[in-house]
Parts: sequence; structure tokens; C-alpha cells
Amino acid sequence: MNFDDTPQEAEFRAEARAFLSANATLKADASPRDETEAEYIIRAKAWQKLKADNSWACINYPKEFGGRGATPMETIIWGQEEANYDVPVQPFAIGLGMCGPVMMMYASEEHKQARMPRMVEGVDIWCQLFSEPGAGSDLANLRTRCERDGDDWIINGQKIWTSGAHYCDWGILVTRSDPTVPKHKGLTFFFLDMKSPGIEIRPIRQISGDANFNEVYFSDVRIPDSQRLGEVGDGWKVSLTTLMNERLAVGTAAGADVPHLLDLARRMDIDGEPAINNPAVREKLARWHCERAGLRNTRYRVMSALSQGKTPGPENSITKVVSAAKLQDVSCFGIDLMDMGGVMLGRDGQELLDGKLFHGSFLGAPGMRIAGGTDEILRNIIAERVLGLPQDVRVDKGIPFNEVEQGSG
Amino acid sequence: MNFEFSDEQNLLREQAQRFLVEQSPLSAVRAVLDDPDTPFDADVWRGLVELGWTGVSIPEQYGGVGLGYLELCVLAEELGRSLAATPYASSVYLATEALLQFGSEAQKESWLPRLAAGEVVGTLALAEGRGRPRPETLQCRYAQGSLSGDKLPVPDGEVADLAIVVAVDGPGVSMYLTELTGAGVSRSAIPGIDPTRSQAQVSFSGAAAELLGKDGSGMTQLETLFNRAAVLYAFEQSGGAQAALEMARKYAMGRYAFGRSIASFQAIKHKLADMYIASTLAHSNCYYAAWALSTDAPELPLAAATARVSAIRAFHECSKENIQTHGGMGFTWEFDCQMYYRRAKALSVNLGSPASWEDRLVTALENDAALEA
Repeated sequence: MNFDDTPQEAEFRAEARAFLSANATLKADASPRDETEAEYIIRAKAWQKLKADNSWACINYPKEFGGRGATPMETIIWGQEEANYDVPVQPFAIGLGMCGPVMMMYASEEHKQARMPRMVEGVDIWCQLFSEPGAGSDLANLRTRCERDGDDWIINGQKIWTSGAHYCDWGILVTRSDPTVPKHKGLTFFFLDMKSPGIEIRPIRQISGDANFNEVYFSDVRIPDSQRLGEVGDGWKVSLTTLMNERLAVGTAAGADVPHLLDLARRMDIDGEPAINNPAVREKLARWHCERAGLRNTRYRVMSALSQGKTPGPENSITKVVSAAKLQDVSCFGIDLMDMGGVMLGRDGQELLDGKLFHGSFLGAPGMRIAGGTDEILRNIIAERVLGLPQDVRVDKGIPFNEVEQGSG
Repeated sequence: MNFEFSDEQNLLREQAQRFLVEQSPLSAVRAVLDDPDTPFDADVWRGLVELGWTGVSIPEQYGGVGLGYLELCVLAEELGRSLAATPYASSVYLATEALLQFGSEAQKESWLPRLAAGEVVGTLALAEGRGRPRPETLQCRYAQGSLSGDKLPVPDGEVADLAIVVAVDGPGVSMYLTELTGAGVSRSAIPGIDPTRSQAQVSFSGAAAELLGKDGSGMTQLETLFNRAAVLYAFEQSGGAQAALEMARKYAMGRYAFGRSIASFQAIKHKLADMYIASTLAHSNCYYAAWALSTDAPELPLAAATARVSAIRAFHECSKENIQTHGGMGFTWEFDCQMYYRRAKALSVNLGSPASWEDRLVTALENDAALEA
């Protein structure tokens, strides 16, 4: 066992580092920014363009689409290296991670030529229009209708939880084309211009006060049939291509973690002693460290398999379900450690930094346990795909969509 | 990056699995459980000695096979999975390891070949009743070449020929080597929570003993020994956790209620998913600890404690929820669920309590200046 790069990996890492160090600032050396979302987007587009000009924009894509056909291990190495730098990458995660692959697989040659370079160069930002108020974990229950009208389709309905819809240029969309057949069989998939007439976007304010997501309303929105991805009625199959990518993309829930709690426990006191000396505190720190290290070491096993050209096992499926719950528990306990003062955000300095981190993580954690597959869905996936247990009984199986009980939720 | 066992090590794993499936099925473990006069499975012990397992970590110059710690981790995991009733842990992870780490040349030459050949079984005699052993609480004394005092529980103390005894000597605590078959030693089996891992009281009254390692360094040496043994115990626990999960999985698939397999109910699926999560975290932490052990990395104290704490939790979780998945039959003597449950508890305190390892873990974390954010 060793953690060394192979000679080829080391060479690749050096190349990545050379580009990054010449063009970006290390996170450790960066000063905090105070910028609007619009300013952030401009900075993100500039960074994406610079990467594209140097073939770092989407290295796992084939060369014809601006990538370099990188191996999964090279993609990981690039991700590790880029993560050390103060660069804005978030707006492109969904487009490059989920929309790009589905476009490359299903779009016409003409559309690929027109759309892909702009996506890769950061000119266009893409979003994913999947979830609906009545279709979350049971995504195939979606109701947004598409109806054929000459060479176009007319879309009516509502999507929800669309990250960045308000600054996106293009989106991928799954709709119901035939409600008279069972739910998975009546779906059709498109990509569309987010500036199309009839689209209304409303931000959703989360518990944390942030608004990272939107509701998107469709009123007689027209999409040319040429922008259909896959056959009519094959929308579920196309969706699965992107959902598989989503599970990989969500990954670890970031925020308050063991090092922050350890640091806090050294500074807080319990009955005149540093909190870190308290056995109850130590027991909790130990337990969360085991989870944190367990996820890191699981990631090492996956990377090791990739590095050796093997297919990784299913171990990584535990990542989000463990890290999101840990985020909630760690941030909850951090606030408890501050005792009565835990209720306040903090006045300034370290006190304010602690408040922002622990309050922010505490308020953000409930969302992490739901986004990208709820705790419950992820446990079903582990049970079914990893342990081989049977699916739960599905009472809507084989029943036409328009005859399935919908409830009032 | 290579964070996997090698092809050769995986061949060893397959060989180990074949041997244990044939020679130590659960029925053989049960035979030891059912018979209070049988402390371990002598046939399995002989078999694994013949395969060279008792000499895996011992260099060839001392009659061992001279493989290494990654190989030992592989065997520990398989022994844990099978629940084999042998004194392997006491003899190999504790006594052999103590000799390898602290023994003089003469002590190594005298004992290691016999431990490798399985002629001698070794153990560690530390505890003196309930509570966490500390220098201030130890009563067992060494003076003028001999030991006096009681040690209990001593794992495999009834069958071991050789013990590493932690005893007080004037102001300090040291480790001593003593033969349990000699004069001045009396021992008796004591009932334990897992009869397939026997426990004994060992009483010394003027038993001849010699210093192992440095005088007064008993507690430091114990720390070193525990950090190494914890990795091997964790692999046993991880193997046991995986086996208990697999037993629950198989049962749930075949058991029907309300007209369907109970494995299709989310209450059971989520339970099994949680067992898989606990078991996977422990397994991955064991890998890292195996790397740290095999390379003598400075990360060993943190890696060992992390593996140990998560493996304790995983085996407990999987063994108790395996019973729950089995429903009523799960808590009968007849069903095998109890053997995992008992073993999980025995291993969780055998090398010091979960709380003591959580404490060590956080101490190591505090010392780890290089903790990445």
C-alpha cells in the first residue's frame, strides 16, 4: 500500500499545478471577497474561459468537445488541485456535470456544434429542470405537460429546486407527453433556451436565508422538436443518464466539521476546564472523526481502484448520507458548546466567525439531507443496488399515470 | 496510489477463507460455546499453525514465515468473519507482538520459534478485575525475579504457556515474561460473555519472571503494543461485522411476512443500509490503519484508534441488528446470531473499553498538528 502518484499521475499533477499556480491564488493566500452574485458570475465565466483556452475546462470530455479525454483518476487529480485555489467553479457544475453528457449523447450534430463550445467556454450557464412540487424522490411522477403543435412542443407546468435558474441561459427539461400510459413510459426530454417567452422564475428562500434555488413556471412555452433529446416517450431513459451523474456530483456536505469542533472545544470551557477535556465532548469528537476518516478512507479506496484502471466498488454510495447527518450533528453540538451564547451569531472577530460557521451549517444541513437524494432514498439505493434487496411494493406499477392517486401534497 | 491489498495478499485471503469455511464453520464455533470444558477448537488451531499463520509476523531468522502486517491484517479479518474459536489474538497480536517489539535477542531466540511453531501459546496479563488498569491501581508485583498477585480476566489464560505480565516494580510499571506452566502459577477458567474466547484468573505467588523491554517502561510499551494490536483487533471486528450483516441480509431475503420478503420493507432495508454504512466506515478505517501499521507511519496512534473505535461500533451495530432482523428466533440459543453478539462485546472490551479508545483517539487528534481542514 502507498499513497504515491504513478509517474504518469505525478506528471499530470505537476502540469495541473503549473497552470493553476500561474493563473490563480491559493485559498490559503486569498483574502475574503465581498461581491454580489452578478460579480461572482462574471468572475466564474472568466475563469471558465481561461481554462477552456488552456484545455482545462472539462478534461473528462472527449477532445472534440474541448476536453482531453482524461481518465477518471486524472479528473480526480485536477479536482484536488483546483480545490486548493480560490477560483469560482460552482455555476458550471450542473452544466458540465449533467447537461453536457446528455447533450453529447442525444443532441443532433448541429446542436452539439452550436451549444457545446459555449457551454465549455463558460459563455452559457446551464441548469436542470427535473423536480416538481409533486415529484421529488418519485421524480417520474412529474406533471409538467408537453403537447405537440406542428414542429414545436408547448410546455405548461411547474418545476422546482432549479439551482441557478435565474442566471442560466439554457436548461434540460423532462416533461410528460402521454398521461395515459404508466408514469415511466410517458416522458419526453428537451433542452431549451431559458429566455424563451412564457418562463417565469421565482427564487426560493431557504431556512438559511439564502436563495440558491428557484421555482420555474412554464406557460405555453414553445420548444422546437429539434431540441428533443431521445425519442418521444423515452424521457425516463434520458433522465437516468443525468441522475447517475448527479449522485457523483453532490458528494460531501461541506461546512462545520471535526477540526472546527476540536478548535472550538479548545476555546470553550465547561466548569472552568477546556471543553476538550470533557469526556462527553471527547466521545462525540471521536465518533465524528471516525465518520470523517471513514469517508476519506473510502474515497481513497475508490481512487485506488480508478488509479489501477479497475471499477470501484459501491462503497462511495455512503458519502452523502453520512456527511450530511454529520454536518447537522456537528453544527448542533458546536452551538451547544457555546452554551447560552450559542444562540447569538456573534459580535465580531472569532466569535462572529464561529457563529457564521456553526449557525450556517446548522441551518444548511437540513437541505443537505434532502438535496440530490434524500437520506431515505439513498438508504433504499444502498439496500437495493449494493445489498441486492428487493424493491418496495409499488402500487402505481403498470397503471396509467392519469389513473394513479395523487393525494393533496 | 495503491490502497488495496496485493494479488498475493488476496490469494492468502482466499486460502484462509477456504480453510475456515471447511474447518471452522459456525457449527464448530458452537461446539466450543456449548461445552464449558472446551476453551478453544484444538483442530482449527492445529490447522492454522500448519498453515504458518502463527508465524506470519515473525521473521524467518526466528522460525517465522516473515510475511508482514498486511498479511496479518488479512488473516485477522478472515478469523473475525469466521468467529473461529482459537487463542490466535492473544498469542499473535499480543504476546508475539510484545516479544517482537520489546524482546531482547535472547528472548526472541528463545520464544519466537516456539510461538511460530504453535508449540507455545502466549497472552497478555494486564487487567486486575473491573475498571481501567492504571499504574496506581495495579497490585501485581515483581520483586527479586518473581511475580506475585492476581490477574483477571486474562484472555486464553487457561491455555497459554507464556504470559506478558504488566506488574509494579518499586515506583515503576514494567512488562515481564513468565511461563504459566511453571511453579508459583495457579489458574482457573472464569465464565465470560463469549465462551469461544476463554478467560481465566491467573494467580502468581513467587512465579519466576524476567523483564521484557525497559525497566519502568511498562505503560509506554503497553501504549505501543495496544496501538499495533488495535489494528488487528479492528480487522477481526470488521470481519465479524460483515459476516453479521451478511447473515441478516440472507435471512431477510428468505423470510416472508404479509405476503412478501421482509427485505422489501423499508424498515428492514434502512436497518441493513445502516449496518452497511457502519461496516464500510470501519472497513475503510481498517485499511488506513493497515497501511499505518505496515509502514510504521507516525499516523499509527490516530489510525489505530480510529479503526478500533469504528470497528467496535460496526460490530456492535451489525450483531445487535442481526438479532433484530431475525425476530423471535434471533434471541434463541439455537440460532447463531448470539455468537456474533457475544464476540462483538468481548472484543469491544478485550483491549480496553470503547471510551478508553475514544479518549486515545482524541488525544491523537490533538497531537496531530497536520490535521487537514
